[in-house]
Amino acid sequence: MAQVKEYIGKVKPDWCPGCGDFAVLNALQRALADLDIAPHNALVVSGIGCSSNLPGFINAYGFHSLHGRSLPVATGAKLCNTDLTVIATGGDGDGYGIGCGHFVHTCRRNVNMTYIVMDNQIYGLTTGQASPTTEKDVRTKTTPEGSIEVPLNPIAMAMTAGATYVARGFSGDNLHLAQMMKGAIEHKGFALVDVFSPCVTYNKQNTYPWFRERIYKLEDEKHDPSDFRLGLEKSFEWGNRIPIGLFYKTERPTYEDEESALRGGISLAKQPLERNNLASLMEDFL
Amino acid sequence: MVDCVFRIGGEGGEGVISTGELMTIALARAGFEIYTFRTYPAEIKGGHANYQVRVADKLLLSQGDHVDVLMAFNEEAYQKHAKDVPKGGVIIYDSDSFSVPPSDHHILYPIPLTSLATEKIGIKLTKNIISLGVLAALFDVPFEKFAGLLKDRFKKKGDAVVQKNLQALQVGVDYVKSMQKRDSIRIGSGPRTAKELVLSGNESLALGAIAAGCRLYAGYPITPATDIMEFLAKELPKIGGYVIQTEDEISAIGCVLGASFAGTKAMTATSGPGFSLMTEMIGLAVVAEIPAVIVDVQRVGPSTGMPTKTEQGDLYLAVYGGHGNCPRIVMALNNVEDCFYGIQRAFNLAEEFQMPVIVLSDQYLGHRKATVPPPDLAKVPIISRRKPTPDELQKGYRRYKSTPDFISPMSMPGMEGGGYVAEGLEHDEVGYPAASDHENHLKLTQKRYGKFIEVEQVSNEMCRIHGDEHPEIAVIGWGSSEGVIREAVQMAKEKGISAGALHPKILYPLPLARIRDFISGTKAVIIPEVNYTGQFATLLRKRFAYDFIQLNKCVGLPFTPKEILDKIEEVAANVRTSRQPHATRV
Ligand SMILES: Cc1ncc(C[n+]2csc(CCOP(=O)(O)OP(=O)(O)O)c2C)c(N)n1
Ligand code: SF4
Repeated sequence: MAQVKEYIGKVKPDWCPGCGDFAVLNALQRALADLDIAPHNALVVSGIGCSSNLPGFINAYGFHSLHGRSLPVATGAKLCNTDLTVIATGGDGDGYGIGCGHFVHTCRRNVNMTYIVMDNQIYGLTTGQASPTTEKDVRTKTTPEGSIEVPLNPIAMAMTAGATYVARGFSGDNLHLAQMMKGAIEHKGFALVDVFSPCVTYNKQNTYPWFRERIYKLEDEKHDPSDFRLGLEKSFEWGNRIPIGLFYKTERPTYEDEESALRGGISLAKQPLERNNLASLMEDFL
Repeated sequence: MVDCVFRIGGEGGEGVISTGELMTIALARAGFEIYTFRTYPAEIKGGHANYQVRVADKLLLSQGDHVDVLMAFNEEAYQKHAKDVPKGGVIIYDSDSFSVPPSDHHILYPIPLTSLATEKIGIKLTKNIISLGVLAALFDVPFEKFAGLLKDRFKKKGDAVVQKNLQALQVGVDYVKSMQKRDSIRIGSGPRTAKELVLSGNESLALGAIAAGCRLYAGYPITPATDIMEFLAKELPKIGGYVIQTEDEISAIGCVLGASFAGTKAMTATSGPGFSLMTEMIGLAVVAEIPAVIVDVQRVGPSTGMPTKTEQGDLYLAVYGGHGNCPRIVMALNNVEDCFYGIQRAFNLAEEFQMPVIVLSDQYLGHRKATVPPPDLAKVPIISRRKPTPDELQKGYRRYKSTPDFISPMSMPGMEGGGYVAEGLEHDEVGYPAASDHENHLKLTQKRYGKFIEVEQVSNEMCRIHGDEHPEIAVIGWGSSEGVIREAVQMAKEKGISAGALHPKILYPLPLARIRDFISGTKAVIIPEVNYTGQFATLLRKRFAYDFIQLNKCVGLPFTPKEILDKIEEVAANVRTSRQPHATRV
């Protein structure tokens, strides 16, 4: 089995001390090591945000793209190089705000890849504005009187949009988080791991102690992840008790399975370029 | 000599376009060169549609200046187009739909197309096929070309359908036998015996992309680019590639960058509105140095504009769209055949220089059809990006290593030792973020622009000159206007004017040396553009202190040769009398 240290990048993380994203990075490195995925066969794609800096800190191929756009880039890379383990990462603003359109459609396509969202319920990199998952009434720099919007529910959204593995982790429980990620990477299809990854600098509401008081593990309550209705019900649980763990998992043919050109063949990127076959295409136009 | 323009007009959605297309292919199969031109309404059903095909036994450069034969299915078509038929021209019309008072001006053939269709065949829409029979018989186009084509087209629908269509064709032929021919147009068979393809600009481009090695197409539907995606969705899987229809254009170009980064040649095509959405990603491709091909089949803007009409209005966006210092290559396609080879050159440039290449086409070019000789793959050999050597992979790979030609080796995921992060942040030679290193930013910006030294050489090589190499009256045009300009220059020369045209293929970076050489010694330089402000003229003025004369057309239609000829003549006359040349809008 590979060692975690093989996945440690040369650049040192520049996150604030205590930031939840450290745990996400560690858990991902642990998951990759446990699954013995060689660094050169892993690709980590991100958007823009504190959390999206993660690819720089991991020893693998990386693509630090644009704010909200990790999923299209990851999709293109995965579909052309199906041998890669592709992991997209980013923040809640990145994935559920500006990139929300890509998020639901990537769920629907069920491309075989993993999406890890470091959900700190705030915009970290731009220093503390409201995000799509900021709770109602929470004060941020752009909601000085408290947010008047209700947050969106990424778990329910992913499930209803067609994701086939939907889980939540917490940066305060690294082993459980790594487990969720391993499950996601091993899962054949689009897997979301939404992570409570506290922003210690700008989110004074959803802190480590705040989560510790509330979260419980679905596994401990014998939740059946094959039960869509139950999973959806659980996804709306919020307040005094908040579940983490695997909400829902199902098997559905992936985009790669369904696309005839990808089925069973060699990755597009590794195929030699054939030009002789062009003549046959031209017959329709004579 | 055959050189004849047919135009068919009628209600949109009633088969005007398909009738025109059948006519076109039959003429091509009869051995002629063809050049179509189509305008159609933005509505799917209703509105006015027309389809024009020019047919000749010589190379065709434009859609022509007038109409020789008008086929009007309804009165609106007659009202709209009769003025384009000069004295002595032919107008055939559906006499069940409307009537035209007798005149000496045009040769009129009233034909009861609708009642022939309903009475003889029992299906109203067969009037289209009957009209083809009329055209075939009246102008002596070999009947078997039409019959063969109908068989090919309808065989999937079963023998009964084929027979009905052949019957309808015969009804048209028979009707002509009962009338007297009063015009002198005769088409017959053309000189060419070798088969040629009949392709639209968009189809030719899509086929060229496959020849270039494109194996992933990502796109979002938009007129007039959609048929590129539809074509590839059908054809790419046959050779192991495929099309992904994304949720929007940002996602489309995102997929292209991801695919290219992962080692596959990929492309997207769109029109102005979608292209606007892509500008941020173009910047990413520039800074991360990722090969990408982005096609913009231009239509009238701004905003939704006139979605089915043509314009050369996106040049500024192509050259300048995006923030920061953002070098990209901008190319423009010239004609249907050039769509095939030009797009291959675009892929090659993207791969060689590891930067985005924006390819400008337009509705006029994308949707017109022409006869094209079977493609010659040897003409454009495939170029692929520079890869790291085993040595480079072992000894600390640097993705953005500085090199004499500013091009660095690009690894691909899966290569051991080649790991790096493609960075949207400013980065150093390795690829590590360097967002606060001021000196490094200058160095890397210089690296990215440094590639232009070589690209500009290519730009100089990829120009074509028509007419005189050192003319008194010069024309510099771009994109789809090449043929029209070339025809106008020929006409001017026949009138004794020293005229010549330069047509660059790469518009950015500009072929400075070639332009400098071409304009030195000229008396006047005309820049015709299908836009309002003269976007290309503005680019030229930035680099040349020269009083370029603009000729702008901004009505959603391409130039005709005569419009350009008129300007050349006017400028030539002004030069002779030393009057100041001035800009014109047509
Ligand atoms: C198109 C665009 N708009 C805005 C920004 C500015 N921006 C950078 S990161 C960010 C939000 C970050 O929040 P999130 O995605 O939740 O990540 P976090 O920093 O909290 O980890 C914004 C608005 C940008 N980079 N690009
Ligand atoms: S600002 Fe917040 S999210 Fe960003 S590094 Fe600091 S703690 Fe983490």
